[in-house]
Amino acid sequence: MGLVDSINWMAVAFYVLAAHIVVSALLVVCVRNIVHSVLWLAVCFVAMAGLFLTLDADFLAAVQVMVYAGAVCIMVVFGIMLIRRSDMGHSNLFNGQTKIAGGVVALVIVLCGALSARTQWLLSPNEVPAETVDNIATLLLSKYVIPFEVAALLLLVALIGAIILAKEVTVDATDSER
Amino acid sequence: MQLTLSVSLTHYLVLSAILFGIGLFGVLVKKNAISVLICIELMLNAVNINFIAISKYVTPGDFIGQIFAIFVITVAAAEVGIGLAIIIAIYRNRLSVNLDEFDWLKW
Repeated sequence: MGLVDSINWMAVAFYVLAAHIVVSALLVVCVRNIVHSVLWLAVCFVAMAGLFLTLDADFLAAVQVMVYAGAVCIMVVFGIMLIRRSDMGHSNLFNGQTKIAGGVVALVIVLCGALSARTQWLLSPNEVPAETVDNIATLLLSKYVIPFEVAALLLLVALIGAIILAKEVTVDATDSER
Repeated sequence: MQLTLSVSLTHYLVLSAILFGIGLFGVLVKKNAISVLICIELMLNAVNINFIAISKYVTPGDFIGQIFAIFVITVAAAEVGIGLAIIIAIYRNRLSVNLDEFDWLKW
């Protein structure tokens, strides 16, 4: 039993990943170039996938990397590229409400942190079962099959809606409002 | 030498509160509509951390929290797609993504 064995590696992983998440989230908000902001968002999402692994949610970690770090970030970058700017360096500025918003946010963080620290949770002594994917699949296709189908329908509606919204080019939109 | 590092449910909840706060700050103070969309994603991810942490520590065998997190991810993906389409449509009409200029619905 040396020093290496006495360290709780799960806790070390939690603190490292938490530091990554908080710092990259702060950079997402504070960086002045919006493309860099999206790249820091990808860092935040990958660190969050690691956090999900420490919570025994390996399927969700994979989904997080694929959907968020892969699809969402790339889609947002495409959206930024479609909205052309002359200078990207000042594309992500603050408005005039910084102080009020800081006060409100500090209140929210302190309140949520204090309440979650004071709550007496009915902690379960059991471990999460090792095969998460099997259990999630069984539940999704039996007990939660209707929400599952509704989610599929929602994705279809969002797909069609996004196409119609982004396609809408009228003739007078180009020469009016200039 | 004993290092007394340990992780409990409260750690995850506090981390989630901090992340939610950062996202909320971004939503309140940003000028660019796309960056408000990004910060909403941060807030949804904070909620996901809560779901999965509570699922592990309170109801480990039921997987309810993980299934909810899957639905949150689904809705968030749909929301980003629609949000970007709306922003691009507005940009075509207004040539701006500054939220302070989007005030046609004001009385």
